[in-house]
Formats: sequence, structure tokens, C-alpha cells
Amino acid sequence: MFSCRELRAWGLAAVALLTAGAVWAQSTAFPGIGRPATPKEVQAWDIDVRPDFKGLPKGAGSVARGQVVWEAQCASCHGVFGESNEVFSPLVGGTTADDIKTGRVARLRDPGFPGRTTLMKVPTVSTLWDYINRAMPWNAPKSLSTDDVYAVTAFLLNLGGVVPDNFTMSDANIAEVQARMPNRNGMTTDHGLWSGRSMGNGGKPDVRATACMTNCATEPKVASYLPDFARNAHGNLSEQQRLVGAQIGADTTRPPGNRVRPTAAAGGAPAPSAAGQAAVALARQHNCLACHGVDNKIVGPGLREVARKYAGREDALAYLTTKIKAGSAGVWGAIPMPEQTLPDADARAIAKWLTDGARP
Amino acid sequence: MPEQADSLSPGSSGRLLKAPESFLDAEGVRTVFREAREGRRDFIRTAFASAVAAGGTLAAGKAAAQANPVPAEGGDPNILKNPEHTTGLGQSVVTDGYGKPSQYEKNVQRRQSPGLTQTNQASVSFAPLQSLFGIVTPSGLHFERHHQGWWDIDPSKHRLMLNGSDDKLLKRPMVFTMDELMRLPSVSRFHFIECGANSGMEWGNVAVPTCQYSHGMISCSEFTGVPLKVLLDMAGADYKRGRYVLAEGADGSSMTRTIPMELIENGEVFVAYGQNGEMLRPENGYPLRLVVPGVQGVSWVKYLRRIEVGDKPYATKDEAIHYVDLMPDGLHRQYSGIQECKSVITTPSGGQVLLDQGFYSVSGLAWSGRGKVRRVDVSADGGRSWRQATLQGPVMDKCLTRFSLPWVWDGKPALLQSRATDDTGYVQPSFKQLRAVRGTRSIYHNNAIQTWLVSESGEVKNVQLS
Repeated sequence: MFSCRELRAWGLAAVALLTAGAVWAQSTAFPGIGRPATPKEVQAWDIDVRPDFKGLPKGAGSVARGQVVWEAQCASCHGVFGESNEVFSPLVGGTTADDIKTGRVARLRDPGFPGRTTLMKVPTVSTLWDYINRAMPWNAPKSLSTDDVYAVTAFLLNLGGVVPDNFTMSDANIAEVQARMPNRNGMTTDHGLWSGRSMGNGGKPDVRATACMTNCATEPKVASYLPDFARNAHGNLSEQQRLVGAQIGADTTRPPGNRVRPTAAAGGAPAPSAAGQAAVALARQHNCLACHGVDNKIVGPGLREVARKYAGREDALAYLTTKIKAGSAGVWGAIPMPEQTLPDADARAIAKWLTDGARP
Repeated sequence: MPEQADSLSPGSSGRLLKAPESFLDAEGVRTVFREAREGRRDFIRTAFASAVAAGGTLAAGKAAAQANPVPAEGGDPNILKNPEHTTGLGQSVVTDGYGKPSQYEKNVQRRQSPGLTQTNQASVSFAPLQSLFGIVTPSGLHFERHHQGWWDIDPSKHRLMLNGSDDKLLKRPMVFTMDELMRLPSVSRFHFIECGANSGMEWGNVAVPTCQYSHGMISCSEFTGVPLKVLLDMAGADYKRGRYVLAEGADGSSMTRTIPMELIENGEVFVAYGQNGEMLRPENGYPLRLVVPGVQGVSWVKYLRRIEVGDKPYATKDEAIHYVDLMPDGLHRQYSGIQECKSVITTPSGGQVLLDQGFYSVSGLAWSGRGKVRRVDVSADGGRSWRQATLQGPVMDKCLTRFSLPWVWDGKPALLQSRATDDTGYVQPSFKQLRAVRGTRSIYHNNAIQTWLVSESGEVKNVQLS
């Protein structure tokens, strides 16, 4: 039972609550749904940085510090000089000192230039900072400190010749870096593909075709088609078409001309085994597949390549179990595999599957 | 007359090593051009000219081979002898609590294009358009595009936050749980979603064999959710200053894209949790994604966790480094979002074989990011003459539309094309028209007319016309 004093206190609190509720109700057609976000919550999630540096936290990082972070956390995918094409498109290359003056990357005009690096494209240094801060490193995004994000950004720009070796980038001087970005004048919004009125040309299409119905154009010529050597490069197309229907899939393991409908028994790939599925699932769970394809090399060798290499080795199970946990260097190439944290049982299970031949 | 390609193929049927970048490496491209110079192009042209001379082939009736002839014993054994499923007892209810496709449908899968991407987490799988009917993509066959891997997120822990890039742009920063969002009145709408890079491999030359790979980064679903304007109204957004919205995902890549406020004010953009009557699939953003009708898929942010109202565009990683369209003058187009009017014939299409001459229903998909499809024209002679196809209703806004046209194949080479026009009057361009303005290095927003060569062998091939 409540005392008078308790009741009065409770009543006052209730009045206060009701008042707050009433104010809230006035502002929404859906009372009881949603609540104010606290400043702490907004701060935790509002990490975006705009080209005018709104949202950029205070901090600083040197090129030298950036190199340390780079070699530990970035080089295995992007290459020591940001040049690697093994995992991602190259970050650095293709820009010149003259581009830094003009703000236009000249090589973007050259259709013969083979690729486009990040530094050739990116117009805004805020984008680089925000990219590294929100999404890097690849397998551990958002793990870098604010100062290290500055440092890595500075190192990357140093590789591209945008900032000098002794540079320390900070919120105070980032605008000066923006003024040196090689492709800062390389973007246009003068097109019809933005759906608002605040940018672009108001939605006006750039290509104007007409719907001719008869005697159109000139005699059609086939100018491009797949060469015969590429006939089966996407796998056997007969296995990529429904078994029943108006057409069958072309058997691309053979020359054209086959007109025999495949039967149900012939359709579909062999079902994977439970053991194979479990091992691949473990490899995925522990992020092995970020660097090793099942069949293909990514950073490290494909898992089946590993299985083949150690197929005849007697201590393969113990050896691979150790290697999976401890990492390895120098066996498959220049890029070392770092130490991994996963349960011993899982490492052994993956090693067992490898030594059993890595079957599907 | 045998087709030239056939006579050149012996010994070339072995499996290929995959090229690392695009599917055709530099040597492959040179081979195509060399062979073209050496006359194969002329040969196909000649073969084709004779087909045209033989007369129009669209729906021109002609005696054709019987596809299912009567066997010598006087009847089809599938009719004369009752099979087990007619004479036995079938399976129980709920043999599978979530039913799966027939065992005979195993070939209908989404697939990766070999060598297109170097990791499996920042990659794409293509929807098998050649095997789909109507306009709805089964959720398990919906194309995938992940930037840093996909997740299956516990919906009870997922939150959506609204805030402003300054205090005045949004009066009340807010947080919603999934329970709360699903209590609000919902809308359900059919829309297509197309990756801005769909058909991107084909800008310069033919690179892939089937419509799965050439056009399969498009899917269409009925999405269910809450218009974003409802939420922004609750939070007190300043629509006068706040002409941009940043949408941000909860995954590792924390995908961010700038959305024009116009599309939110008109009620089109919504936060969706439903897809084809059930929840979104994890690969498609479970439990919450943004739906931005008509705009490229990257803006349909998956695992949506935050909406910020802003007074300036954001130049995020996927609108300043990726998803920028390179033009011939070396400038990149930034904030290019609209998927312009486009179409593709899905049956018959590349990689298929027509077994017999006679009747076929040429059928495919058309769409426009600017509105409804008004009409689709189909050509069987490489664009010299066209006939209007039938549109299957209902024709919906920023949604796939199925078209079809009857066609009798006379066994001669044919060049099948479709050309869509939307309700703004915009006509889908040819490769020639598109390249004249945008060159061949854009990667994004290739909406050119697709050509399929039906060769005399019945095999259908992906080709581009000059």
C-alpha cells in the first residue's frame, strides 16, 4: 500500500511522464512508435565525412606512421605500394605532377591506358578518408583509430606523389590536400541521370534514339561475337538452362550443331558431400575464403591447390593444422599468411578435409 | 550452307583458363578483331543477307518439322503406359516445411561470371533471366551484389536511426526497432532493381554468352515497407534546406549513397522489410533495405541502419570512386542514378538451341527507371524492320514488363532484337547511338539494344552489330 507521500510523488512523476508523452504525441501521427535518439547513439553511428569536411573528427597522422599501418594491415591485399591488382584494382598509379596542378588526370582521356586506379578517379580527399574509416581493413572494417585513418590516407597520397614524405595530415590541413587532388576537377554532374532538381540537367537524356519501324538504318553487320576458343569459358551452357522448354542449352563442350535434348539424369552438377560442405562452411566462418578460393588463388593459394601439394605427405594433417593456426611465409609466394585465431578443432577439421583431398 | 563458325571450331572445345580482368583478355579481343578483318564478319553478313532476301520471318507462317512425332508403335509411350505417379501413392504434406523447386530445376541457378571479380565477398551473382517467366524474380534467384560480404542479421537487434547533418535539418533524431517499423502502415509495390553495372562487360565488345551474364544483374519483386517520408515527417525533417538524404548500411562496407529528396517527398522511396510476401532474404539486405524505384541497385542500401538529412551531396566511396561513369573526354559522371529504358529478349536468347523450325513466342523483359514501359518493338532482321510486341499487363511504374511476339523460324539465320520506349517518349538506343555519346569505357548504364543471332544450327549467340 502506498503512503500519501509516495502516492503524491508517484503522481507527480506520472504527470511529468504524461506531459512528455503529450508533447511527443503532438509531433507524431503514430504515438508509441520510435523514440528520440540520444546524442551518444547519434555520435556512435554518424561517421560520414562530407567533401566540405563536415563530420571529420579531429586528429592527425604522418606518412611514416601510415607506412607502418599499411604494411601490417593493407599491403597483403593492396600491395606494398598500393599497386597490386591481385585482390582489388590498384589504388595508386596513373597520375602525374601535372595532374596535381590541373586537377584533371590526363590519362583518363587516353582510351589505350589499361586501367583506372583509385587516385586517378577520386576527386575528394574526404571520400578516401571516409572509405578507409568505414570499410577498411577489408576483413576488419572500422578497426583503425582516427589518427591511423589520417596516417593511412596520408601514406596513400604520398605513394601518389600528392603529399611529401615528411607530411603529417590533420583536420587542420586536409583542405590544402584537397587542393592537390589529381582528379579534383574530373567530375561532372551535367547529365540526366540524377532524379532531383538540385543537381544535373533536370533529367534530360543524352542519347536520343527514334523508333523507326521499316527500312531502318543500313544493312546489319555482325561486328563482335565470342570467339570459338571462349565457347565454354562460362561453363557448359547446357547445364545452365532448364531441361524442358522452348529451347535447350547449347552443349559448349562440343562444337555447335547438337540438337539432342538432355535428359533429367544428365542435368545438374553432382551434389556436394556433407563433409565438403561443412569444411567449406568452416573456412568461410573463419574468413579463410577472404584470401583463399576453394579452387582459385586469391592472396594465398586455392584450398584444392594446397590439398594437391600435400597429397602424399605423411604428416600432412599435423603440418596443415599447425600452418592454419600459426600462419606461414615463403611457401606459396611473397605474401605471408598471418597468424589466425580459430579453435584447434576447427583448424584440424579443415586440415582433415584438405588431406582427404578437399572433395566437394 | 553450314555456318562459318561451325567449320572453325574443331579442336577449340577445350576448357579455357579464365582471364583475370574481364572475360575477354587483350589477346582475345585482338583475336576477335583479327578474325573480323579476315572475313568472318563478311561471311555472317552474307549469310544473313540471304536470310533477309528470303523474306520477312516474323510470324510468316511456313510448314515446319513436327517437334513431337508419333513413334512407330502408334503412340507416345508416355501416354500409352501409365507412369508410377499415376498408379502409385504420392508423398505426404509438409515433407519439407519450406518447399523447394523440383529436382528437375537444378540448372536454374544464379551464377558468377568467371574471372569478373577477384574476391567472393565483393562480387556479384547473376539471375537466370533465360529461365524466368512473368516479371517476378523468385527471391532465391534474385541477383546478388555484395561489397564486403553478406550477413544474416538478428532482426531483434537491428535499429534504424534518423538524424540530420546539423541540428536544424531534422528536429528530432529518432531510433526505430524492427517491431516499431512493422507496426506502421505499410505499402507493397512491384519494382525492378538493376545494378548500374548491368551489361557493363559489353560496353566495348561481346564478352559473355547468355542473357544471364549480359543482363542478369536485374531482378523484380513485390517489396513491402514504410515510405521514408512517413518517418522523416515524424522526425521533423526540414524539406526546404534538406534536399539530400544519406542512406547507410549496417554491414562492414557500411554502404552509403546520396538520395535526392524529390524521390522521398513524392512517396516513392520506402524502407522495406518484405519481399515477395516473406521477409527480405539475407543476401538482399534482411531485415531492412531501402527501395529507390528507378535508381540503380547500389542506392537500395541493404541492412539499412541510418538515414541522414543533409543540405549537400556526400561524395561517398560508391559515388566518387566506384559507380562513376567515364566519358570520352576523361570526365566522370558523378551521381548518375537513373536506370534508363532498356529491354532484352530472354527466349530465345544466347546459349540456347532451337531444336526445330516452326513457331516460337519471342519473349523478354522491358523496364524504365523513368516510369512505365509504353511499347516494345521486336526485329528479327537486325533492326531493319520492326513489329510491335504485346505487353503483358499490368504494366507498372519502374517495374519489369513482359513482352512477347509470335515468330516462325524458317531455319535461316536471324538477328533478334527488342527496343523499348517508355512513357516519357525515350527510346532505347542502339550500341552505335549510345557509344557515339558515351564512348566504350563507362562501365555503368549500358542500356543498348541487345542482339541475338539465331544461326542455322539453331544455336543462339550473343553478337553486336556495327
